[in-house]
Amino acid sequence: MVKLKVKDVEFSYASVPVLNGICIELAESEMLGVVGPNGAGKSTLIRCIDRILAPQKGSILLDERDIKEMRLMELAQKMGYIPQSTSQIFPATVFDTVLMGRRPHLGWRSSEKDTEMVLDMLQMLNIEEFAMRDINELSGGQQQKVFIARALTQEPDVLLLDEPTSNLDIRHQLEVMDIIKNIVREKQLSAIMAIHDLNLASRYSDRIIMMNSGEIFSAGDPVSVLTPDNIKWVYGVEAEVNNNNGRPYIVPIKPIREDGKRT
Amino acid sequence: MKMASSTETITGTRTRRAEIKEEYKRFTGRKILFIFSSLILIFIIAGVAATLGSYPITVTEVYSIIWHGLFKNVETTKEIVVWNLRLPRILMGILAGMGLAIAGTMMQGILRNPLASPFTLGIASGAGFGAALAILLGAGIIAGGTGKYLIIGNAFVFSLIPTFVIIGLTRYKRATPETMILAGIAMLYIFNAATTLLMYFAEAEAVKAAYFWMVGSLGKASWDAILPVSIVLAGCVPLLMWKSWDVNVMGAGDETAKSLGINIGRTRIFIMIIASLLAAAIISFTGTIGFIGLVAPHMCRMVIGGDNRFLIPASGLFGAALLLGADTIARTIIAPVILPVGVLTAFMGGPLFLYLIMRRRREFW
Repeated sequence: MVKLKVKDVEFSYASVPVLNGICIELAESEMLGVVGPNGAGKSTLIRCIDRILAPQKGSILLDERDIKEMRLMELAQKMGYIPQSTSQIFPATVFDTVLMGRRPHLGWRSSEKDTEMVLDMLQMLNIEEFAMRDINELSGGQQQKVFIARALTQEPDVLLLDEPTSNLDIRHQLEVMDIIKNIVREKQLSAIMAIHDLNLASRYSDRIIMMNSGEIFSAGDPVSVLTPDNIKWVYGVEAEVNNNNGRPYIVPIKPIREDGKRT
Repeated sequence: MKMASSTETITGTRTRRAEIKEEYKRFTGRKILFIFSSLILIFIIAGVAATLGSYPITVTEVYSIIWHGLFKNVETTKEIVVWNLRLPRILMGILAGMGLAIAGTMMQGILRNPLASPFTLGIASGAGFGAALAILLGAGIIAGGTGKYLIIGNAFVFSLIPTFVIIGLTRYKRATPETMILAGIAMLYIFNAATTLLMYFAEAEAVKAAYFWMVGSLGKASWDAILPVSIVLAGCVPLLMWKSWDVNVMGAGDETAKSLGINIGRTRIFIMIIASLLAAAIISFTGTIGFIGLVAPHMCRMVIGGDNRFLIPASGLFGAALLLGADTIARTIIAPVILPVGVLTAFMGGPLFLYLIMRRRREFW
């Protein structure tokens, strides 16, 4: 069943086009990886889907309803966004940060039920020990878990992740990705993640779309998208692609010189 | 064996949960304690302030005058000093400190900027210009009632101009904290320059009057100033409290706030208007009292954290105690000369703030 449908979305900053004719379908309980070089439009796409940015053309349908016609709070009950890093300036405890996830469901104050829910999430992500610490005191990996916990307290159907592993060491990369994967399976969520690391994308995505200059260059299962040809064309990198338990494993070799095939 | 270990895990997680809940409750308790302590502090300072002054009245006399004044008209000099000079000044100090600190808290919150305050957003400069204009155009020379109200009214109208310019700009450019802060600073410079220009061409006597107005003081406090200020305070503070959780969410960043369903542009503008109204209403009566709006929120954040649901009452009460304390010192430090409290808040606040910056543990407490 189609959970989310992106139809002919176009977005430009001032007059610089960033997204052009993007079409995506996301099934229920599917994990979609979005890869592409810097400036390809991955993060912009994620932000358009969560209405953080408004596309100039095209539409985004969630459960066959145009998100433009939903109230912001209604959308926030169905979609959770996990940012790359915090921009918290003033102090906020981890507990209060996770509790913010209840905002779309509540008005002014929270109840015992919400407290219990926050505690559940902290436990699930194994960050209980940081509950009363300030979010800015945590490491990047711990912060990422806090954001996941906050998004899950929102009780969304769709999770949007903007490069969830970009600031993390390999252990935290795997931890965070495993958590997301398990949640997507257990709670039947759908997830879209913009991600730089091709091997993580390959290992954790059901499907991958590869973007280049605001357009979808290639889409499909990891094996059909992460090919040496695609990587050469989109990234300008010569790479070797090995088979690792049915998933492509990419070994980058060297950048291709500009006077070669790339423009 | 297996059974035993799993029971252990369950009790283990249970106690961990209970511990977090306990710790959360303790933290909340600390916030409430801070709020009540500030309230008590206000009463203590007010009690002391009422007894201090150049006119000699004994402590017991002061309280008996306050008590009896509740039931009968004031007649003797002593009664007039207490009821018409000291009490309005004390009440105005409380109201002004409260309003300025709350306005500062909310401005810092929505703009996610530790430097935001009624001063840096141009509100004080606008008020200063409005008052100077009224005084130099002759209102200050007209003795008595109407002139005074012209100055207050003019200060109020002009103090709101920076806010409306800032908000007007956000129709053309997105209402980001950066745009709004920079626009505020621009308005501050424009109004300061305009005031300087006015003063440059004015009569010496009028310049002095305008200058005296701008140095913030509680000396102009009277019962008929208390009423409008309390009405504005009573109207604005509940509205800000109502939006306090949204301001918390906005503290996590615009994108996160949007993804949590907050209409950040509208919320930011709404709070900006309410907080400006609050600060403008006070500054029109007192002149520029700096630093309370900037410092009180930071000092409270150091103790009770950044949750605006607690921070609004805490910084309001703490700001009131701070301003009242500063004014009491300003009245007595070189008595019989009464210093304007605006000078004292800056003199005390400056070094105090430097000290706090030196000993802070993190970026912003």
